[in-house]
Amino acid sequence: MNNRPQLIGSSGDSLREAFGRALVRLGERRHDFVVLDADIADGTGTHHFKKKYPQRFFQFGIAEQNMMAVAGGLASVGVIPFVTTFAVFCMRALEQARLSVAYARRNVKIVASHPGLDVGPDGASAQALEDLAVFRAIPGMVVVSPADPLEVDQATEAILNYEGPVYMRTGRSAAKRIFDAGHRFELGKGQILRDGGDVTIVACGVEVARALEAGAIMEQEGISTRVVNMPTIKPIDVELLIQCAEETGCFVTAEDHNVHGGLGSAVAEVLAQACPCPIEFVGVRDSFGESGEPEELAEKYQLTGPWIAEAARRALGRKATQERLIRMSSPLAI
Amino acid sequence: MIAEVKDRVDFRAIASKARQLIIQMIYEAESGHPGGSLSAIDVLTYLYFQELRLDPARPDWEGRDRFILSKGHACPALYAIAVERGLMPVDLLWGFRKTGRPLQGHPHVGSTPWVETSTGSLGQGFSVAIGMALGLRHQTLPARVYVMLGDGELQEGEVWEGAMCAPHYRLDNLCVIIDYNQMQSDDLTKNIMGLEPLKPKWESFNWKVIEIDGHDYAQIASAFDQAKHIVGTPTVILAHTIKGKGVSFMENSPCWHGSVKLREEELIRALQDLGADASEMPPYLNGSFKQGEDQHGQ
Ligand SMILES: Cc1ncc(C[n+]2csc(CCOP(=O)(O)OP(=O)(O)O)c2C)c(N)n1
Ligand SMILES: [Mg+2]
Repeated sequence: MNNRPQLIGSSGDSLREAFGRALVRLGERRHDFVVLDADIADGTGTHHFKKKYPQRFFQFGIAEQNMMAVAGGLASVGVIPFVTTFAVFCMRALEQARLSVAYARRNVKIVASHPGLDVGPDGASAQALEDLAVFRAIPGMVVVSPADPLEVDQATEAILNYEGPVYMRTGRSAAKRIFDAGHRFELGKGQILRDGGDVTIVACGVEVARALEAGAIMEQEGISTRVVNMPTIKPIDVELLIQCAEETGCFVTAEDHNVHGGLGSAVAEVLAQACPCPIEFVGVRDSFGESGEPEELAEKYQLTGPWIAEAARRALGRKATQERLIRMSSPLAI
Repeated sequence: MIAEVKDRVDFRAIASKARQLIIQMIYEAESGHPGGSLSAIDVLTYLYFQELRLDPARPDWEGRDRFILSKGHACPALYAIAVERGLMPVDLLWGFRKTGRPLQGHPHVGSTPWVETSTGSLGQGFSVAIGMALGLRHQTLPARVYVMLGDGELQEGEVWEGAMCAPHYRLDNLCVIIDYNQMQSDDLTKNIMGLEPLKPKWESFNWKVIEIDGHDYAQIASAFDQAKHIVGTPTVILAHTIKGKGVSFMENSPCWHGSVKLREEELIRALQDLGADASEMPPYLNGSFKQGEDQHGQ
């Protein structure tokens, strides 16, 4: 935890480029992994690796299903593959990821660029708003969505060190810089980026910077807001969620994804069982996206800081109503 | 040493026994896919008793050749030949498709470690095999990879993605066998979605194509021997087979594709067709078989 105001500056960098450079950095020390591409290395960031390690870069053409199952085969003979394409095309190979990667429990890293409305002008066909949900539903699949370039770098190393199937989102657009060199990504762990006692905002990916913005807005209104970065969506940090429920009593989740099945659902599953409390979900409300600049789309689909703050006010209102009802029904209140 | 084994092995006898096991395990499971198991078993027999470098005592030996049954529904054939080759005990067969038992309805590496990968969704095992061949070559390991596909399976788009990929990477350590029994699940392959001309299709994708009778051991042997010596391109063996081969009432009939429950009289007729003799009938039949056999004989 860290009470310093977080840096939310432009990093001048995208998560996909950060991923590509992380591969190059790791490639120097680790000779046991290779990178698989389906004709979009320039888009996924893997062009850096292709240039530096052509012998460890495998091109599959525009044939994602074959590429995904080939990854299962490579892993079975001890070569660790990073399978890279856009998030929507990972879904095209979903069943290959399910059977030939996850069911066979292969050490394959699926890394998807271009998730969510953050894709922007390419429009709905390229904006994956379902990937976290579908990959989360695969048994044994770890699901990761880092928030800034530094975190992508650390997460890439962490998933390489982890033995088993992983799905990780990067991102297309220039990303905000959130963390400094002191940050430590740990698989399966969230971190409190900004402390507060009234409400908790849990976010992943591009929504983390927006959640911090919401935190600042709320603070001006005198509402003490906690912001949690939750880069591992599965397995989710149950302990931290329970702690936040006990300490703040209500939640907002924020993700560049359908509200069905992603981070919000993962948080709700934990809280419904462990300590039910009001939750508001910020995300795309069961629709497809459209063409536009990412920031404009975020505004239109209500994913920005002010919209998260609005959701936080709703969560707080529900918490207050609930507390009033509890007081009224308690014998001491009569 | 390999030649020596070749001279000693009676492939026909092994395959005949394997066919009996296939029928028995499907009878016992009350479901399963006999047709495509019986068409595939001769090639599998040759592979497991002659072609594949493997050590039954060390199924995870790194240097082993890999075999993948991409047409995973035919796993009774794989399980039967594994029993005969000493990769697993025969008792496991009677738990085929049963809750809590290792032999899944489609091959699964998680519960049967000598299986190379999980299959059952047609098309995928082929790509996995390409990945293995690529990975072995990347590590300069000399092992070879064999994969069997059904002819109906060739309708999957993924197969043609892989068909482009393997020659692109010049994977001459990869050998594909197509169990060309002309049938798939509901009907003849030509009625569902025609594949012909099949040989030129593969040739135009830059594969070396060898066409054989998939029940003739001399032809099977010669095809695999040739494949080993082809440099710079993968090989596909089009093995013409008969779906249901060896069981008279199953041969060339799409209704024995699967997932069928065999009646006892069908079991008995099938075992008789396969030359089983009453004294070696499995104990799980509890004597009913012996009586049945007498009553239903021919
Ligand atoms: C992707 C996929 N689609 C459908 C099925 C269902 N299915 C199982 S076997 C089969 C027919 C396979 O025919 P073929 O490949 O010719 O096998 P064989 O004749 O050797 O049994 C079908 C459609 C499947 N297992 N996988
Ligand atoms: Mg067939």
